[in-house]
Amino acid sequence: MPADCVRTSEKNAGASIVDKILKKYSGEKGALIPVLQETQEALGYLSEETLEKIAMATGRTLAQVYGVATFYTQFRLEPIGKHLVRICHGTACHVGGAEDIDAAVCGHLGLPDEGGTTPDMEFTVEKVVCVGACSLAPIMIVDGVAHGRLTPDKARNVIKSYQKSGKDRQVENSVSGKKV
Amino acid sequence: MSGEIKLKIDGKVCLGIKGETILEVARRNEIWIPTLCYDERLEPYGACRLCLVEVKGARGFLPSCTTEINDGMEVRTSTKRIESIRRTIIELLLSDHPEDCMTCESAGLCVLQDLAYRYGVRKSPYAGESHKYEILNGNPLIERDPNKCVLCGRCVRICEDVVGAGVYGFVRRGFDAIVSTPYERSLLDSPCLFCGQCVSACPVGALTSKISKGKGRLWDVKKTNTICPYCGVGCTITLWVKENRIVNVTAPVGKGVNKGNLCVKGRFGYQFVNSPDRLKSPLIRQKDGSFMRVGWKTAVSYVAENLSRIRDKYGPDSIAGLASARCTNEENYIFQKFMRAAIGTNNIDHCARLCHSPSVAGLAQTFGSGAMTNSIEDLALADVTFIIGSNTTETHPVISMELIRAVNAGKKKLIVADPRNIMISKFAEIVMNHKPGTDVALLNGMMHWIIKKNLHDMDFIRERTEGFDELKRHLRDYAPKKVEKITGVPEEDIKKAAEMFATATRANIVYSMGITQHTTGTENVMSISNLAMLTGNIGKPGTGVNPLRGQNNVQGACDMGALPDVYSGYQKVTDDAARRMMEEAWGVALPEKPGLKVTEMVDAALRGEIRAIYVMGENPLITDPDLTHSRKAFKNLEFLVVQDIFMTETAEFADVVLPSASFAEKDGTYTNTERRVQRIRKAIEPPGEARPDWEIICEVSSLLGYRMAYSTVYDITREVARLTPSYRGITPDSIAGAACGIQWPCTEEDHPGTPILHVGKFSRGKGKFVAVDYKPPAEVPTKRYPLVLTTGRILTHYHAGSMTRRCPPLEEIAPEALAEIHETDAAAYGICDGDIVEISTRRGSIEVKAKVTERANPGVIFIPFHYAEAPVNLLTPSAFDPVCKIPEYKVSAVKVKKKKYR
Repeated sequence: MPADCVRTSEKNAGASIVDKILKKYSGEKGALIPVLQETQEALGYLSEETLEKIAMATGRTLAQVYGVATFYTQFRLEPIGKHLVRICHGTACHVGGAEDIDAAVCGHLGLPDEGGTTPDMEFTVEKVVCVGACSLAPIMIVDGVAHGRLTPDKARNVIKSYQKSGKDRQVENSVSGKKV
Repeated sequence: MSGEIKLKIDGKVCLGIKGETILEVARRNEIWIPTLCYDERLEPYGACRLCLVEVKGARGFLPSCTTEINDGMEVRTSTKRIESIRRTIIELLLSDHPEDCMTCESAGLCVLQDLAYRYGVRKSPYAGESHKYEILNGNPLIERDPNKCVLCGRCVRICEDVVGAGVYGFVRRGFDAIVSTPYERSLLDSPCLFCGQCVSACPVGALTSKISKGKGRLWDVKKTNTICPYCGVGCTITLWVKENRIVNVTAPVGKGVNKGNLCVKGRFGYQFVNSPDRLKSPLIRQKDGSFMRVGWKTAVSYVAENLSRIRDKYGPDSIAGLASARCTNEENYIFQKFMRAAIGTNNIDHCARLCHSPSVAGLAQTFGSGAMTNSIEDLALADVTFIIGSNTTETHPVISMELIRAVNAGKKKLIVADPRNIMISKFAEIVMNHKPGTDVALLNGMMHWIIKKNLHDMDFIRERTEGFDELKRHLRDYAPKKVEKITGVPEEDIKKAAEMFATATRANIVYSMGITQHTTGTENVMSISNLAMLTGNIGKPGTGVNPLRGQNNVQGACDMGALPDVYSGYQKVTDDAARRMMEEAWGVALPEKPGLKVTEMVDAALRGEIRAIYVMGENPLITDPDLTHSRKAFKNLEFLVVQDIFMTETAEFADVVLPSASFAEKDGTYTNTERRVQRIRKAIEPPGEARPDWEIICEVSSLLGYRMAYSTVYDITREVARLTPSYRGITPDSIAGAACGIQWPCTEEDHPGTPILHVGKFSRGKGKFVAVDYKPPAEVPTKRYPLVLTTGRILTHYHAGSMTRRCPPLEEIAPEALAEIHETDAAAYGICDGDIVEISTRRGSIEVKAKVTERANPGVIFIPFHYAEAPVNLLTPSAFDPVCKIPEYKVSAVKVKKKKYR
């Protein structure tokens, strides 16, 4: 009699990607950060399950792995929207009005000023520190594509273009920038 | 370690040795340097920056906790600049710290409070943002207040480095950094073992004991140092007493065998002492079966009358006594004296029979004396530790901490052999999950490979042992390949383990009930001795054969002669000289025939040969194997006296129940697993009319016509010393110091004790190899009973549970018995985690909740024996080791059936 709790194959695509990354770094000491980076790159964020798996495989406690993942702002523990909007708050952008860009983008998407993810999981807005493109300040990066010399209006339009086109990530877009 | 180093601290010339830090030397010289993140149980961390000092010639300031001393160093611990830095640190900490010392549990103990006082910081000048975190107390024992945390990381580190649980981490960074569990999970959903080591490490009020909250702070209480009443480690604990109640337990850092470490039972398992269930007056069973409260006089004369009637009618050998591994040495000594001198029988035994009698018998044969050869402190010194048949983390938690700490510091490798994936396996280099009852085969396989690879210590074998050729011949049959078939352990692992053990500079073996509770218990123990001698690992620091004893004073109860064949110090009753000495000392003729062992008493009671049993502080009707059989035997008795602190399952059967005092209510001594005799001290008055066991026994004895009168318990200690060669130098005064006791043998006054046995020479002269063949356990799986049941303890509870199960928080953490079963077996029987299953053997069946877990291995089910409502000993067999009659608790063939969905 099979019991209702007997686990069926719960391996999903995500788990096998993590396995592959872990295999690549297996036996390597100090590889936790690259493992986390690549996993996030592949899956978009680091879920509780993923961190547990990484902890187990790297012989660390979950507390250690979670500590590292929360220490660096580059790691996300929540799923992100289809489009990732990163608004630069480096010095040049800050002086150039990054706060206004925040307000415009978040206001347009109905998010609080500190950013977050829209309920339809379309957009995630994050504040980031310097992206290294100060000559284009103020700047934001949408799905890896830089949009520079923004004004609040321009920023809103960029977002609108993503809303209209239903573009996937990675698709080239050039209001004014290039892929970074 | 090379020579002495001379340095100056604040102008004072101080001495130290290489590797010591400035802080250590300063503390030893009573030079105060403030610290927050320093805990002598941990590696130095250098995070809090309070311990900065100036060193002549060095740039800037150096943290004294991480800076090692050099010859000629000149250190200044308190300059204007240093004090200004310290003050700033304190002000910064207080800028985000609640000012609630008046209600804080830690007031009086808090380092930050002391520093604020010392530096006169009332209000921080750094006003600004501060945090407001929620208090986290969603578990029965530990309250966390992140608002008070100073991020010293002591809790994080002690949990990770010493306990090995790794519950906490630093989360986020900068101003928002906190110490937390991942995802702020409750401790109940984390790997927390509830040892409270984090509480003990916290320098402020961020981590506190929930059960002590509001019950009394430092200045409200009377503190008494004594010894923990649970396992055989013998940890030093401090009882905090207010209004005759224990309100908290702590451990003095750096003192005792535990050096400030404790486990969940030691730290939080004290509420049983003040439990309303305590027996408060003597009870006599009436004709209608109910108990009647009576005074001591009535009770004691009733006991004496009945015992003397039975003795006169059926002879002294119709009476038997069960002493207790939880009572003091003095009480056990008095009890065996009572049985032998007042009753006139050697029918005395106790539950050591059911745990380590094979260690006593086995090691006596191979080495000449049966006890842990080395010390607890010494365990950490071995480069390789081989743990076999000991779930160390759950049964001897503080020893497990010592081992884990050494592994984490890179100073030790572990080999673990156990049928289950026990907690400490996680720290092992090699894990061998052998089938229950195949220990001899596994050990022989390892030894076969060691000889084959020529890794044995021939010099040691030649000089110090005999019987090697015989062993060598015997081992030919145990090639690892063949052993793999018997044990289920891959050949390669056996070889690797053998090589790792044999090539270590210092290797030791730790074992426990997984080795002894078998029909081949004595042979298992001898096999272990063989392995130690083969590799020359005996009689030196960091080596040895180390049986971990299960109860606080099981070593002492054996030492005191609460055994059927020996007086105190293992002097044989059949030895005329020893008997004559006792007869002279006690002034009465003594029986020379050895008495019955526990397991034999049960059979004799069933046959009607034993008519009366006097039980002092044991609960055999939970702990005996094949309980149905034992219950029948106890029912068959004419007269049963039970002396205990609670109405136990055995007391329910008694004719007279006598209330005794708990460990906190009396003085005396315990002998721990490493043969260390330590003093316990009275902290509170016993409840009602309860009295120390020794007083009760003395009174009964006197009424029986054999007068025993001692004005204090320490008169008994002195009598023991007089009559026991190995305890000769152990007197109340010699062991009184906080330096914690003396390890026997201590053969004369002023003898310092013996931390390591068999140095240079074995107790029996030459060590003896006894070649042993693998024999399968008494019960092997069959078609009808296809699985193997093994029993044991869990961390949170202790023995029959009469103490721990009366501690509400412990009960909340582990409220019910769980049968651990492997996924594949669970799937095969359609069992889900949490289902109720029926587990049966040829002797009986119990219903218990299933826990599907990777801790179990396929084919093996584990059930703890603490729970009276799921008495696993209804299932265990009365198959005995032929030498010492220990039952095979560790192997029963069982079948399992699903009863109810969860």
